[in-house]
Amino acid sequence: MIATGGKRWLFLGVALAVVLSYVSGGLNSYDRGIWIDCGINIILAVSLNLILGHTGQFSLGHAGFMSVGGYTAAKITLVCAALLPVSMQPVLLFVAILAGGLLAALAGLLVGIPSLRLRGDYLAIVTLGFAEIIRVIMQNTEAVGGASGLSGIPKYTTLGWTFALAAVTIYVVAGLVNSTYGRGFLAVSDDEVAASSMGINPVRYKVTAFVVGAFFAGLAGALYAHHKQTLTPTGFDWLKSIDIVVMVILGGMGRTPGVILAAILLTWLPEQLRVFSDYRMIIYSLLIILLMILRPQGLFTFKRKKKPNPVPA
Amino acid sequence: MDSFCQQLINGLALGSIYALIALGYTMVYGVLRFINFAHADVLMLGAFSAYFLSPAVQKLLPLPGVGGALVVMLLAAMICAGVGVLIEILAYRPLRGRPKLTVLITAIGVSLLIEYSCQHRAVFGAATRPFPELISEKNLEFLGLTISSNDLVVVLVTAILLAAMWFIVHRTRVGTAMRAVSFSPQAAALMGININRVISFTFGLGSALAAVAGILYALKAPGIEPLMGIHPGLRAFVAAVLGGIGNLPGASLGGLLLGLLETFAGGIPGLSNYRDAIAFAILILILLFKPAGLLGKSTIEKV
Repeated sequence: MIATGGKRWLFLGVALAVVLSYVSGGLNSYDRGIWIDCGINIILAVSLNLILGHTGQFSLGHAGFMSVGGYTAAKITLVCAALLPVSMQPVLLFVAILAGGLLAALAGLLVGIPSLRLRGDYLAIVTLGFAEIIRVIMQNTEAVGGASGLSGIPKYTTLGWTFALAAVTIYVVAGLVNSTYGRGFLAVSDDEVAASSMGINPVRYKVTAFVVGAFFAGLAGALYAHHKQTLTPTGFDWLKSIDIVVMVILGGMGRTPGVILAAILLTWLPEQLRVFSDYRMIIYSLLIILLMILRPQGLFTFKRKKKPNPVPA
Repeated sequence: MDSFCQQLINGLALGSIYALIALGYTMVYGVLRFINFAHADVLMLGAFSAYFLSPAVQKLLPLPGVGGALVVMLLAAMICAGVGVLIEILAYRPLRGRPKLTVLITAIGVSLLIEYSCQHRAVFGAATRPFPELISEKNLEFLGLTISSNDLVVVLVTAILLAAMWFIVHRTRVGTAMRAVSFSPQAAALMGININRVISFTFGLGSALAAVAGILYALKAPGIEPLMGIHPGLRAFVAAVLGGIGNLPGASLGGLLLGLLETFAGGIPGLSNYRDAIAFAILILILLFKPAGLLGKSTIEKV
């Protein structure tokens, strides 16, 4: 766990947040719930940022990975919770989360394979298709509750778990991208042809991005399951994927701090807009359009000082 | 055998509607290279325009009746063409030349905006409304098969519109301009083509088709509501990609294939719940082997 430079501070900072969240027992359950939502959304946005922002692969299926993780973990705890003593709870949650993440990673591998040949819009529709296929399968599988979904999932997710995992996610994604190996992600994103002529294997990087991104989406799904205590297939439709994509774009593609801020903002803001619940989604969609037209680089990215134009006009 | 033919006819009717919608997706993709997610909502607006227009038209022309239905369709198509052009000018034109992702997200934003605004009780409200009977439905007996007259109308209207599209794209000045812009916007601009006008025209044309498709879809559906476009829109989108997006015959072929597939899969017990999954699974399989779709030309990337 020896990180260098900025990564260490990033890691320490979020670890501090975890400690603080334990200390502040004064939060009521509503606020605590919103903070847990924030943490889960940070994990989702940062992991999608690896696929979309850093590697430039357009994925519209993040909710699909999330649902795989969520359903797997929920099923495990539902089956095992009664068999194990209460003291084993954290171990059970850990195993469930890990299993959820691994299965989601497997789904990521499956989606990553077609991405070898497809680009842009085609990849977007295929990832969307995969997420929809996953949803339809969940909807028709009685073992995971069919269309009515799973309910009565034990409430294991705590602020500590959520932010610890968010810290791990940020650490892994930032570490991966900033490593020597990780330069390949940026190269693939910038220009695939140029990257492969430089001896970088785009296929390997794309699949790695999908598998790692899906793994963390699976973790987030598992946390979500043990936080909301119910899962329904319709909760993981493509609108959920769009929500996560919007977080990444709002924060600025490939910029981890911005994406984290955007995830917090987009979790917190809708709660504040509850009074205008009729207009909430209208405002949200208008915001997306205006943002794309006015600030396509994201809300939290600031240009470095512009170089003077060498050619006099 | 009888039920096979029956399913074939149902599938063709459904597929024709998908083909009409897919044409709009594919034409816009041809000139702008992006997927217009709001297309599905223009379809819904088309159905709602017809819903609100038909009482007015009924005062002048008999409804249900062919003349009245045609007038309703024409007016709805004109309204939606206007809406399509408006969306293009307000939301997409400021984004010319921006990265693909930006435009795609804007398109999703426009789609959500239309859906949620129309669901608001001050606009249409979320409730399902019965669609007026534009053409009286009869069941025709033919060689032992029962054919709904609506299915015939759907197939007929689609065939006429497809032929008209082919004529516009290949035999008119503006169609030539559309193909030129699709081939290379820069070169087209250098040849004196007003690109913005061509793009607006394409949007208008695609949206008019969506309006007609929406009315045809509403004729077969139990009722209309603000989210009615999502389902056929997604299918048509799959159909357009399946046939090779940007390719007009491909969109028609993809639409028909998807309609047939959906109908036949729906007829097999146990499979009907998986219809959505099957459509996507086939799309993924085809894209794995032909990444540019069935009729699309794969482009070679020049460095």
